[in-house]
Amino acid sequence: MNVPARYVAVIGCGRLGSTIASALSQQGESVVVIDREEAAFSNLSAEYSGFRIQGDAAELSVLREAKLDRADLVCAAADRDNLNLFVAQAARELFGVGRVAARLFDPTRQPVFEEVDVLTVSPTMLAAEAFLSVIQAGDG
Amino acid sequence: MRIVLVGSGRMLYFLAKRFVSKNFQVVVVTANEAEARSLARDVKARVLLGDGTTPLLLRDAEAGRADTLLALLPADEDNLVACQVAQRMFDVPRVVSLVNDPDNVELFERLGITTTFSATELLAQVIEERTSTSGVMALLPLAGGRAHVTEVVVPPGAPAAGRRVRDLSLPGGALIATVLRGERLLVPSGETELAPGDQLILISEPQDHGAFLRLLLGEHA
Repeated sequence: MNVPARYVAVIGCGRLGSTIASALSQQGESVVVIDREEAAFSNLSAEYSGFRIQGDAAELSVLREAKLDRADLVCAAADRDNLNLFVAQAARELFGVGRVAARLFDPTRQPVFEEVDVLTVSPTMLAAEAFLSVIQAGDG
Repeated sequence: MRIVLVGSGRMLYFLAKRFVSKNFQVVVVTANEAEARSLARDVKARVLLGDGTTPLLLRDAEAGRADTLLALLPADEDNLVACQVAQRMFDVPRVVSLVNDPDNVELFERLGITTTFSATELLAQVIEERTSTSGVMALLPLAGGRAHVTEVVVPPGAPAAGRRVRDLSLPGGALIATVLRGERLLVPSGETELAPGDQLILISEPQDHGAFLRLLLGEHA
């Protein structure tokens, strides 16, 4: 039995965004990726079969073009925290997207977004935890 | 009044200067080093260099003691985050934001930004209304949009032309504040008879605004 594909919007097609978009596409999900720079789409894997939209994700018209209202999941993975926070909140508030995750380089802003039901992912914190666990494993 | 300004450009400079002249306690945050230096030289305000959308800088700016934060950055996402950090982490009672893309106003308001203004929208309105044929020009919303000030010219053949104000049966939330007739400025009473070419300044509540204009101007509204 086939599980119907989910529709996932990925914001930013740098190293992180392109990796997520390529992996989801390979898993059979329906994916759209948005980036300001056309050249960024070359980061996608050769097998990527989703949509590409070139535009500024801080413009609601671009998010509408990406049909965010139909998205099951939005990953805001651009390289600017504020853009990710903007898109994540627009996805929740205006487009009614059920699950939203945003990358935050600067973890100090995290408290602001706990109350708006946006899952934040901080590469800094993840890397710090990974390093600490390696160091603690060495201690044991 | 303590106010924190986050932004860049000439608007930041002129607003900072103006608030200082009104004896407000002004803190300016800009990410541009040259700008920070010239502001520190030319304006009697505390000037901080850095990213005003981060808790770190806003703490340095003593946002926790501010009455108002004004975000004037060129990117809407930066303005949104500056306002939210100020509001939620520093309990700034009033956050006011420039919204560059008028399309974003709704999102800002839904997220609780106290006041937004879109220069794009205001300028577009001025141009579009100046070039429209109806002779109606919205001047400005007052009291947070609870009243509108509008300028209209009474065209020949309009319902208001040749009639006394009292005979127009205006709605309750509508007032003709002044009548400019040639060089003369009149404050109209019920007995004042309006004439074609009169330039009227109207004050109205939003719900009566449309009916008010139709009463005065008919098909010209």
